[in-house]
Amino acid sequence: MQISENWLREWVNPPIDSDTLASQLTMAGLEVGSLNVAAPALPGVVVAEVVAVESHPNADKLNLCQVNDGKETFSVVCGASNVRAGLKVALARIGAELPGIKIKKAKLRGVESQGMICSATELQLAESSEGILELPGDASTGMSIVEYLSLDDNIIDIDLTPNRGDCLSIVGVAREVSAINKVALTHNSVTPVDSSIDDSFEVELLAPQQCPRYVGRIIKGIDPQAQTPMWMQEKLRRCGLRPISPVVDVTNYVMMELGQPMHGFDFDKLNGGIQVRLAEPAEKISLLDQSEVECRDDTLLIADHAGGVALAGIMGGIDSSVQPDTRNIFLEAAHFTAIELAGKARGFGMHTDASHRFERGVDAQLPPIAMQRATGLLLEIVGGEAGPIIDAVASDYMPQTPNVELRYERLNRLLGIEVERAEVSDILQRLNMQLAEGAEGWQVTPPSYRFDINIEADLVEEVGRLIGYNNIPGKREASHIQMDSFSEQCVSVNQIRDILVERGYFEAITYSFVSPELQDLLDPGQQVLPLSNPISADMSVMRTLLLPGLIQALQHNLNRQQSRVRLFEAGLCFIPAGENLVQTPHIAGVITGSRIDDGLYTTGESVDFFDIKGDLESILRLADESEFGFMRSDNPVLHPGQGADLIFRGETIGFVGALHPSLLNKLDINQSVFVFEAKVSPILTRKLPNFAEMSRFPFIRRDISITVEENLPVRELVDSIYSIKNELLQEVFVFDVYTGKEVRNNRKSVALGLILQDFSRTLVDEDVENFVAKVLLQLKEHYNAELRES
Amino acid sequence: MSQDLKNLLEQASHSISESADIAALDAVRVAYLGKKGELTAQLKNLGRLSAEERPAAGQAINQVKVQIQELLEARKSELSDAAIASRLQTETIDISLPGRGSGAGGLHPVTLTMNRIDKMFGKLGFDVAEGPEVEDDFHNFEALNIPEQHPARAMHDTFYFDDGMLLRTHTSPVQIRVMENREPPLRVIAPGRVYRCDSDLTHTPMFHQVEGLLVDEDVSFSVLKGTLEEFLKMFFEQDDLQTRFRPSYFPFTEPSMEVDISCVMCAGNGCRVCSHTGWLEVLGCGMVHPELFRHTGVDGEKYTGYAFGMGVERLAMLRYGVNDLRLFFDNDLRFLRQFT
Repeated sequence: MQISENWLREWVNPPIDSDTLASQLTMAGLEVGSLNVAAPALPGVVVAEVVAVESHPNADKLNLCQVNDGKETFSVVCGASNVRAGLKVALARIGAELPGIKIKKAKLRGVESQGMICSATELQLAESSEGILELPGDASTGMSIVEYLSLDDNIIDIDLTPNRGDCLSIVGVAREVSAINKVALTHNSVTPVDSSIDDSFEVELLAPQQCPRYVGRIIKGIDPQAQTPMWMQEKLRRCGLRPISPVVDVTNYVMMELGQPMHGFDFDKLNGGIQVRLAEPAEKISLLDQSEVECRDDTLLIADHAGGVALAGIMGGIDSSVQPDTRNIFLEAAHFTAIELAGKARGFGMHTDASHRFERGVDAQLPPIAMQRATGLLLEIVGGEAGPIIDAVASDYMPQTPNVELRYERLNRLLGIEVERAEVSDILQRLNMQLAEGAEGWQVTPPSYRFDINIEADLVEEVGRLIGYNNIPGKREASHIQMDSFSEQCVSVNQIRDILVERGYFEAITYSFVSPELQDLLDPGQQVLPLSNPISADMSVMRTLLLPGLIQALQHNLNRQQSRVRLFEAGLCFIPAGENLVQTPHIAGVITGSRIDDGLYTTGESVDFFDIKGDLESILRLADESEFGFMRSDNPVLHPGQGADLIFRGETIGFVGALHPSLLNKLDINQSVFVFEAKVSPILTRKLPNFAEMSRFPFIRRDISITVEENLPVRELVDSIYSIKNELLQEVFVFDVYTGKEVRNNRKSVALGLILQDFSRTLVDEDVENFVAKVLLQLKEHYNAELRES
Repeated sequence: MSQDLKNLLEQASHSISESADIAALDAVRVAYLGKKGELTAQLKNLGRLSAEERPAAGQAINQVKVQIQELLEARKSELSDAAIASRLQTETIDISLPGRGSGAGGLHPVTLTMNRIDKMFGKLGFDVAEGPEVEDDFHNFEALNIPEQHPARAMHDTFYFDDGMLLRTHTSPVQIRVMENREPPLRVIAPGRVYRCDSDLTHTPMFHQVEGLLVDEDVSFSVLKGTLEEFLKMFFEQDDLQTRFRPSYFPFTEPSMEVDISCVMCAGNGCRVCSHTGWLEVLGCGMVHPELFRHTGVDGEKYTGYAFGMGVERLAMLRYGVNDLRLFFDNDLRFLRQFT
């Protein structure tokens, strides 16, 4: 909301400068977003009178005007069609400065012009204007335009929080300034305007819960030619409202000044009486902004006996609106319940000054006061005769002012300081609260416009903010330190992150919503959770894997000359399971490019399956690695020969491998890419270390070299040897795998190292040979393994 | 000493100094001191001498033997020093060349920032709590005192799913989940992703927040203020960092405040980053609203609490001088490498 500082100071005028005022408001919770001058300085621009107008001798569309500034008469060329003799105008004399222009003597089509007659736009008083600015006939010739229009003003833009609907007006802000500075408001009441005619109109409150009060008034015989006075137009402009016509301007003015949205109808277009009611099913109404809306069954309408005439609290209807020929009007100042009106305008894609205020709450006591104020202003501007005030009230539905207890002890406990009791009383009274003080504290009745005050904590806030939070010292909490219990068997995601970082990965954070096409490409056939209102089509489904985001990040980097990429991400994936949704933390990585950074030690080798498997295994080592296994994967995203599923206790929890070449083609990636992705939770538990005795006797290493079927997983050989369960066997490891011309018939050679050791003696050859013989026999029987001739 | 012995010593000395390596030197040793060596032969010949001559002759031979041994030792050490010197020569490398191995990667600046915040509050005994990102209306709004049609909802730009679930718009629902599931005293910090349906130069549809919640018997605004002031000074490592607490409004705290710090870019003098105000808004906070205690069954008479929430990207941008929010989600390596 923007307001004019001068207008505010008409209501309350503490002896502080503009910057202090703005900073006070900010620190009281009415955050000032900006403080700007209302108009440029405009030196040399004065009120002047057009004395005579004649056609320019050399141009059809120009006039040569004689303009008098009270001392001198100047010849000024003017192209505006509304220039005429007798008109008061804003004259920029030679030497005057307008925004971006300095006025100099100039010849226009051969005739000298000694200045310029200004439009509202040129003076930056409007964004657009037609013709020159017309000043009222009583404007004092020769007065500077800045003085005449009180342009020496600031526009204060305040970002109000939704709870402070009471501050959405000049008076509302003035009340705050008054409370902060302990300076009384200049005005405290509105002068009532008695009725001079008896005309009245029936008002029925058919939806009292939504509208418990409706104040109306008939004004007859207004002057349709009347213009809104310049001072009012200027005030409205500085509050961001465009002057339209006297009736609309007056209702806007009252809304800005007091906070009560109002509406003026053409009385002659209303039939029978006003009914405030909920809309009929599919009832339609055409609005002031030329739109037609179809009401819902919870839409509140202002209707007459023929149908809807306004969307209550949002916008008036076009058919009953005040037109240039309107002579009789019906003014409305109603109270709509905030909670009932909340969200209704948004439901129609609308947001108006009225709906903004009603949704936040307007004082239910305000309508008759606003009606008096509007009548007074209107009669002054457009004349006419006012009827009596019609005040329809459904008392049972009127908002009740609560009685809130504030306990002294609770106040101090919540703020953490000792406030003087007298200070509390003073603050609450400055905020126009009614107090009854007792032993424990106060019974407080807030003013009717402070509907945000309902509970004790609300009063604590009022006291706190008027003391000023900056005046309450911060303190250290009394120490409540207790020993932290944490399980040694827990692995944190941060440990996983650290390992990957150590191994050269950079952490990525990608959006949790991805394009459905990419998602389906990387997790084919998986059901997904689509957003109802995505920001764009390529961010419209929740990811079921981290891979889509990582692949996009990979592409981003490949497209920017980064050919060696190692990225990982840790985050939630969202997997629909029938009616339910599983939100599971995953960890995933993607690598491509050379194994070692380009440079001195480059071998020219690119990363391969075993690089990424090693990275994954290094994470698994945080947990109990023996719980995990790998099985050849049939995941269609992976290269059929270079993909593995990660198995944890018999369940697939992830995968690792090369992306399928045809997938890479679809992704337009020209180099091999290796990925892994796994559920995190199985990795987050590790075994508690359990000490085992170490042998004092030396171990013996014996190597065997065998040939087996080429496609036999070597892991099976290792597992088979372990299964012999000989207590001498400490470790089995693979140290060479060879396929090539020395091994024929689709076989491969595998070299295995065996580590044997005893706890009670040094082993002799015979022990080792017995064991090796057993191993060879078992491998021969199970896998047709042949001892390789050396 | 006989002339023979003198000659022998001279010859030996010559041969020793002529030996170019350990093997040659050893041959010399064998030639003189070995079983069939010349000096050994001299010793054997002692028997031929008379008993009177023998001691003096024996002494003379032994003297020569010791001298030869000393010469051998000296030459051996010379040769060994020379061998090391020559090895050092050949092994000398250009130490200006880079070390082997690819460097480590790095954490995302958002993670770095969250970890830092977690660590600072961890020292005060705050545990990390987590909650789902796909939330229900109750935890994201209703229980936080934001009923249907509350104007605050309009400001949240919520992403919805067809079944009425939504993407959490803030980390505040974790407050509710913690209070529902645990008994006070509570001190938790909840870092995580949040989502708003908004995307432009200064908004991304996903960002991160850290929520804090403390519920205990004597939690006051003053304690909240002291804690956050200390945190902000430590986070920005500026002892003279100014803070100001402005009244504000959040449905789930009462009283509510926003916290501004003196601009860390211009020291409060006014710059583009602080829109020439000298202040930067960095946090929202307040005392836990009694309605939240009611929704979660916490005794609001016995306990009081504070809560705060901060935007991680904003803090990271200020801390590291990042000037474009969207960079955080491009995952460009040239960006990520800057945080290692």
